[in-house]
Amino acid sequence: MANPDIAPSTLDQAKDLGLLPEEYEKIKVILGRNPNFTELCIYSALWNEHASYKNSIKWLKTLPKKGAHILVEAGEENAGLVDIGGGLACAFKIESHNHPSAIEPYQGAATGVGGINRDIFTMGARPIAQLNSLRFGNPDMDRTKWLVKGVVKGIGDYGNSFGVPVVGGEVQFDDSYNTNPLVNAFSAGIVEVDKTISAVSYGVGNPVYIVGSATGKDGIHGASFASKDITEESSEDLPSVQVGDPFQEKLLLEATLELAQTDAIVGMQDMGAAGLICSSSEMSATKGFGMMIDLDKVPTRQDDMKAFELLLSESQERMLVVVEKGKESVVEAIYDKWDLHAEKIGEVTETGRLHFHKNGIRVADVPAESLVLGGGAPVYEREYKEPAYYKLYQEFDPNSIPVPQSMEEIEQIARFLIGHPNIASKKWVWEQYDSMVGTRNMVTNEPADAALVNIKGTDRGLAMTLDCNSRYVKADPYIGAQIAVAEAARNIVCSGGEPSAITNCLNFGNPYNPESYWQFVNAVKGMGDACARFETPVTGGNVSFYNQSVINGVETPVNPTPTIGMIGLLDKSNKMGLSFKEENHSIFLLGTQTDDLASSEYLYSYHSQKESPAPYFDLNDEVKLQNLIKQLIRNKVIHSAHDVSDGGLVTALLESAMPKEIGFQINSDDNHRIDAFLFGEGQGRIVVSCSPDMDDTLNDLSTSAGVAVFKLGKTTLEKVEIDNNSLGSVREWKAIYENALEKKLS
Amino acid sequence: MKAAVITFPGSNCDHDMIYVLRDILGMTVNEIWHKDHDLRQSDLVVLPGGFSYGDYLRSGAIAQFSPVMKEVMEHARRGGYVLGICNGFQILCESGLLPGALLHNDHQKFVCKNVTLRTESKDSHITSNLSEGQLITIPIAHAEGRYYDNADNIRKLNDHDQVLFRYTNDQGIPSVEANPNGSVENIAGITNAKRNVFGMMPHPERAADPNLGNEDGRLILESILALA
Repeated sequence: MANPDIAPSTLDQAKDLGLLPEEYEKIKVILGRNPNFTELCIYSALWNEHASYKNSIKWLKTLPKKGAHILVEAGEENAGLVDIGGGLACAFKIESHNHPSAIEPYQGAATGVGGINRDIFTMGARPIAQLNSLRFGNPDMDRTKWLVKGVVKGIGDYGNSFGVPVVGGEVQFDDSYNTNPLVNAFSAGIVEVDKTISAVSYGVGNPVYIVGSATGKDGIHGASFASKDITEESSEDLPSVQVGDPFQEKLLLEATLELAQTDAIVGMQDMGAAGLICSSSEMSATKGFGMMIDLDKVPTRQDDMKAFELLLSESQERMLVVVEKGKESVVEAIYDKWDLHAEKIGEVTETGRLHFHKNGIRVADVPAESLVLGGGAPVYEREYKEPAYYKLYQEFDPNSIPVPQSMEEIEQIARFLIGHPNIASKKWVWEQYDSMVGTRNMVTNEPADAALVNIKGTDRGLAMTLDCNSRYVKADPYIGAQIAVAEAARNIVCSGGEPSAITNCLNFGNPYNPESYWQFVNAVKGMGDACARFETPVTGGNVSFYNQSVINGVETPVNPTPTIGMIGLLDKSNKMGLSFKEENHSIFLLGTQTDDLASSEYLYSYHSQKESPAPYFDLNDEVKLQNLIKQLIRNKVIHSAHDVSDGGLVTALLESAMPKEIGFQINSDDNHRIDAFLFGEGQGRIVVSCSPDMDDTLNDLSTSAGVAVFKLGKTTLEKVEIDNNSLGSVREWKAIYENALEKKLS
Repeated sequence: MKAAVITFPGSNCDHDMIYVLRDILGMTVNEIWHKDHDLRQSDLVVLPGGFSYGDYLRSGAIAQFSPVMKEVMEHARRGGYVLGICNGFQILCESGLLPGALLHNDHQKFVCKNVTLRTESKDSHITSNLSEGQLITIPIAHAEGRYYDNADNIRKLNDHDQVLFRYTNDQGIPSVEANPNGSVENIAGITNAKRNVFGMMPHPERAADPNLGNEDGRLILESILALA
């Protein structure tokens, strides 16, 4: 029988594997011959969207990525690396695991957590904090409940065992995610600047090891097609989602960090998407070296694995490690200590080509550089076109919404919002995550707008946050993406931090749909402009296209969701919480007040008005406001700072009131619609509290900063009062806020 | 006073415990790998929290067979002090150094949050810095923390003052609502009859650093300093 690994490929096979005819031609030109079946699988795996960014890289390159503090720029390593002072650096990144989670929420989410943490510790950094951004469909649907429970348990079980806390994140619900949830996982780690490990391979004759779990047939993209031709009988058994083993990952983490202290490692990369072929090509291409790999040496879970399966398998918790020749025993001793399986499978060559052998036969011979982004992988410019809805949304007239006439109605709206799944406490979710392991979480006992993580033994910490209101991005991708960046910066600033850099997870629909692609292009433009203004370069992240749900029989893209993960530096003496501290403190609203109702949860959910533009936003005012907050914190003027976001002012006030159960008594501004004042989501507003003897200082500083200031009122023992109407006690509101989500999901 | 902190494969609170004992409380700490056979003359052995051996099979079930456990058992038999936190408590129960067992939480979910503990024991070294009935706030983080033993054995624990802490509400009442995992009689931590082995599900090392805004855990850990 002919060897299927080296059988000649055909154009039909290429098409079935998702390659375009011109891409197939390009492969022939690169190789100077017809690719065999294994080689075809290699190109299809690395030239697909996920690995090559072929439909997004043109626009991603427009994002600002330079900065004095940026040690590793976007695309250079597994994650971005930022100088955080004192000889330390922070490696951080966000990644999506949307499609696996839609099929198998528990393992899909768990392996997403595993993958992002491997990206961090492969650089030699110890992960110290995780965040995640989750989007689900209508919470009344059984499918949504199943997805939420599975995803949350998957994230918890993996991260809790691995031992890295989840310190924050966001959960939102919208019908557009009914079929296709979004699971975006972020991890940040710290490393001594000179102890990082690079994802690189060089040095002819240096041995190449595969470390960790054995390789199985799990998660092989394209296998569904390929099985028709060559592994007929086994195709039904191939699981499309990988299975995670956090214990194995924990051992890999500790062993890797021990290895980082030695001089035995040339480079290493984890095996994520497209497995062995991805890590071997990316590591080799960087410096133009090659690799000779004997696939028979790869430890396997199953017998009779084909060459393409060994190369494309996405079995979890595996690393490819290039070791300095002569130092094998150092490396083997450390892996042995941690009971990890490390197998030498090949060595570095000078050819720049990847040679894979199986049963003594060369099954593939491809130039490493031809496979990777920035090398031979294709790059496309896609067409885009403004969707019809955009103009329609702009035509929204706020006068079509009746102004609430009584305090009873105001109270009813407030109750609706505070118990809405998008606004209510996500306690049900985050109590299932270990948020405190590592003893660095500084917001457990004093909540803040961003997560704050202690850097032990220093006077500094890290602030971090994930933000994106996809309702705003759908309404206007350019402004919505700017708001996502601005809100992330605002959260960091309100917590006492200084914004440093971002990572992004760009979740969009089909890039071949010009209207979806228009959302993508405009969101990237908005993000770039905002990042330039806040001086927060983009250090990388990930793009996830093809996210769509079927609603009433129509294929609809999910709300465009460019999740922003921002980190900031914290001088611990500036740490600021969001909660009111004591009775009789003054409460101020800083920032521009408008009559804007657009895209608010109030408008969208309470009035079911789905069509309106992005909320009011002014980038210049936003910068002024954030600079003022930094000044107020540094000068010890205020005791709390909390930004006005989802749900508007009343939500912000209640969120500041609930932690210490301190109430408030405020007056609304007669110059504005009361519903816009209390529930509008116009951007660039922050609620602060201060001791009354600081009122004048606060007024003066705000005025000279050119920021509008409005005295709302004062804190009370426990009562909530608006315009002299009692709205009960904080405890009652807290009961609604804390229990709404659990009730909804049960 | 020297402490040994044991690291099993899968331990993930070992560094936290070492940090608190060494950097915050100023103790001498020996870091012991589970394959070691020498406790290096430590007065106190700490089995930290985490997921030893991935919690596969059953929490703590495999770790009891780790090489170092032989020395830990011997240390305890000689009257040496042993403290198990969370997974460490599970290992102590699995190995028979403490009575009872830790089952899956009654709600079948992992839970991580601050809880209120009421100090129960009148005469335990580990609570010497606390007064009987004193309420403290300490975090928990576990999926298998439901303390269970049969009625006879629970009675013995109570009769011999072996219950160290109970989960209560902020009024000090061990109510059903305040029980985060379904533990029998809201038991959060116990000691053995000889009063030299201590186990508790809550994590005092997570409430000992002033940077984190809660130092109630120091009251427990500082009691240990007075042991030797």
